[in-house]
Amino acid sequence: MTQKLLSINDLSILLPIGADRQYAVQDIGVELHAGETVCVVGESGSGKSLTARAVMGLLPAPHVRVDRGEIIFGDEDITKVSYERLRGLRGSEISMIFQEPMTALNPVMTIGDQIDEIFRYHVSMSAKERAKKALSLLVDVNLPDPAKIIDAYPHELSGGQRQRSMIAMALALGPKILIADEPTTALDVTTQAQILQLIKDMQKRLDTGVLFITHDFGVVADIADRVVVMQDGKIVETGTTKQVLQTPSHPYTKSLIAAIPRLKPRKARSRAAEVVLKTEGVCKSFGGGNSFFGLGRANREVKAVQNVQIELRRGETLGVVGESGSGKSTLARCVIRLIDSDEGKLQLGDVDITKLSRNELRPHRKRVQMVFQDPFASLNPRIRVGDIISQGPILQGVDQEDASKRTYELLDIVGLDRRSFERFPHEFSGGQRQRIGIARALSLKPDILVADEPVSALDVSIQAQILELLDDIRAQMDLSMLFITHDLRVAAQVCDYVAVMQSGKIVEMGPTAELFANPKDAYTQSLLAAIPGKDWHFSEFKT
Amino acid sequence: MTRSSKIFRYVGKRLLQGVPIIIAIVVINFFLLNLAEGDAVDVLAGEAGSATPEYMEQLRKRFGLDQPLPVQLMVYLKNVLSLDLGYSFRHEMPVNALIFDRFAATGLLMTSTIILAVGFGILLGLLAAMRLNTWKDNIITVFALITYATPLFWVGLMMIVVFSLNLGWFPTSGMTNVAAFYEGWDYVVDVSRHLVLPTITLSLFYLALYTRMMRASMLEQYGQDYVVTARAKGLTERRITYVHVLRNALLPVVTMAGVQVGALIGGSVIVESVFAWPGLGMLAFESLFARDLNLLLGIFLLSSMLVVAVNLIVDIIYCFLDPRIEVN
Repeated sequence: MTQKLLSINDLSILLPIGADRQYAVQDIGVELHAGETVCVVGESGSGKSLTARAVMGLLPAPHVRVDRGEIIFGDEDITKVSYERLRGLRGSEISMIFQEPMTALNPVMTIGDQIDEIFRYHVSMSAKERAKKALSLLVDVNLPDPAKIIDAYPHELSGGQRQRSMIAMALALGPKILIADEPTTALDVTTQAQILQLIKDMQKRLDTGVLFITHDFGVVADIADRVVVMQDGKIVETGTTKQVLQTPSHPYTKSLIAAIPRLKPRKARSRAAEVVLKTEGVCKSFGGGNSFFGLGRANREVKAVQNVQIELRRGETLGVVGESGSGKSTLARCVIRLIDSDEGKLQLGDVDITKLSRNELRPHRKRVQMVFQDPFASLNPRIRVGDIISQGPILQGVDQEDASKRTYELLDIVGLDRRSFERFPHEFSGGQRQRIGIARALSLKPDILVADEPVSALDVSIQAQILELLDDIRAQMDLSMLFITHDLRVAAQVCDYVAVMQSGKIVEMGPTAELFANPKDAYTQSLLAAIPGKDWHFSEFKT
Repeated sequence: MTRSSKIFRYVGKRLLQGVPIIIAIVVINFFLLNLAEGDAVDVLAGEAGSATPEYMEQLRKRFGLDQPLPVQLMVYLKNVLSLDLGYSFRHEMPVNALIFDRFAATGLLMTSTIILAVGFGILLGLLAAMRLNTWKDNIITVFALITYATPLFWVGLMMIVVFSLNLGWFPTSGMTNVAAFYEGWDYVVDVSRHLVLPTITLSLFYLALYTRMMRASMLEQYGQDYVVTARAKGLTERRITYVHVLRNALLPVVTMAGVQVGALIGGSVIVESVFAWPGLGMLAFESLFARDLNLLLGIFLLSSMLVVAVNLIVDIIYCFLDPRIEVN
């Protein structure tokens, strides 16, 4: 047995009075050994992040505090040590990296200065030595041009580079423990794969124990030695990765694993003849305006969408996949003319909508509706759910009574209580709100549903429900769907056809099963290769 | 291109952009002021009490007020471009000499006010945020609330009553002791003594504003993720407050201070009247009632140039405080 680094024994963390439960974390026990990766998995609100914070002594005091239990590191109990000792441990013995490297780094300080601080507050070294050490750290984490990055500010780096810098910072003093709180959740899939590899490499080199917090079983399959599954502040299951992923014993673990979208692409259904949406040569650029009086340089131009051809037939789902900045959301907005494209032709059914004015377009608007990513921001908080759903039809000339009747039916269809009609959006959970968003989109009886990352803000079990709902509705109403996603697992599950976008262009398009089995473009290949947990066959369970 | 040469280019560009803005302001002001009933001749005639219509005609001709408005505007613009702001009928002096003389007084008052308001505002806000929910925080918050809600002129009057009349620490009004004819160092001391009460009066409101902003801004920044990172790195709370949080928290305060310099000129009218401070604010107030449009236009022109300049300075400070701002 390797050396035991950390043991959390019967730890309970108290939430402030008035929270929805008394304990954030209740009587949990976790052990971490040198060179080992323990994944703490759970959905939002399971208490996994607070567990991580507690190990660093970083609970948001005084409202959230340790009630009982101990966190033994070496021969000390972290919950009891003095503030000075705790400060000494942080960053040198136990380090942490975070989910969003943009906000986790100070925006007005250079990367070099932020690394330098660690040395200044933990060891005595000359400024020259510190600078040299910082530079070698940046080299270690495979950053390109480290001499330049050391003087760069966080906003000048890409997401992956920022996370690499965070890792360099965290590993500066060769800590015994690295706590990683969803470190790859905000990153693109290819970057995620690189960062996971980097963490593994660094761990091997420094024999670090990694406590890895995540919600993604794909990541767990790739990186974990042991897994701890948390639900509502309690540990429901612990075991080796193999045990937990293949023979889970707890029903909650089973349901979580069952909810992971399988990487078995669906078979494309037979194609209908009717084309509901067609685009030809759609282009859209941003910026590039001239500057005032011709002084200064012209602004940078971003070609968000370049020469895109798509065709959507009745009843099918076309997935548009790509990483952030690939132009997939811009394409979706161009297609339904929320923004006007610079060039190209848009054909909606038999109508050419490219050049229609606002007034001419209005009767056609109802034929395409959109479901948005963020169920919190996309619903007006001051309008009742019933009105949100019925507003569209009323604007299109349906009378009040019929619209209300239809709204009640829609609430049934999306699986919400009829009493929701009188409530406000904030009274609902994320998944329920997404159902409201879907009901709103359906209220106009559209031919086409444009879904822009409709499940990426949701927990995996909720995600599965929403995907199922979308599929049911599509079949029931013979809808066509344009499905924008960054998640290839989701795309495999719901799409008949997939278009892969990279920097504004569609690099490959085809039937999902074919494209997954035999990707032709190098970029598609790299995307598929980067899917976390792709080699793992999660067992099927009945839930 | 290096950052500093970029900034030079940027300053040049902004100055050039300022020219059409200022000309537009001059034109708009010209028409606005001419919308008001009556001109300088009416006032002069009214004061003389016995002017015949013929004499008034003659005066108008002499001042060029008989010309159609567009012609008057063109003449005025031509003069402005050759840096001649015209002649004040009221003061029988060139406007240039008059306003530059008064501008020094107002400039002094404004500078000291900004330094006091921004400096102490930041300090008090910082202190309140660091000692959140303690007696220090409470005192600062209550102080800010009271000064925020008190009218300027009343503060000025109370200052005079308490510190000049009762305690006799500071002079009641003016900028210098006219009878003393101080020179050199004595003069500086004399002016400083006169400056204290107007500065405090004018700055109290802004002081309160910046204190509240700074406190809120600090608290907001304390909740940011990078603070957690800094703690996780094992930095001291001191370092986190003064190096990490402070610089980020300053940004909105600096923005606000820049925007408010314009408002400060407006506020100085009241304070200059209360303390008989010989500045632009008082001059503007007088010339408005004398229908001395040339003088008023000159003051407006100078103020607008000041606002443009201060905004530029704030933007440059911003570039140094926040590397995310790109100059181009």
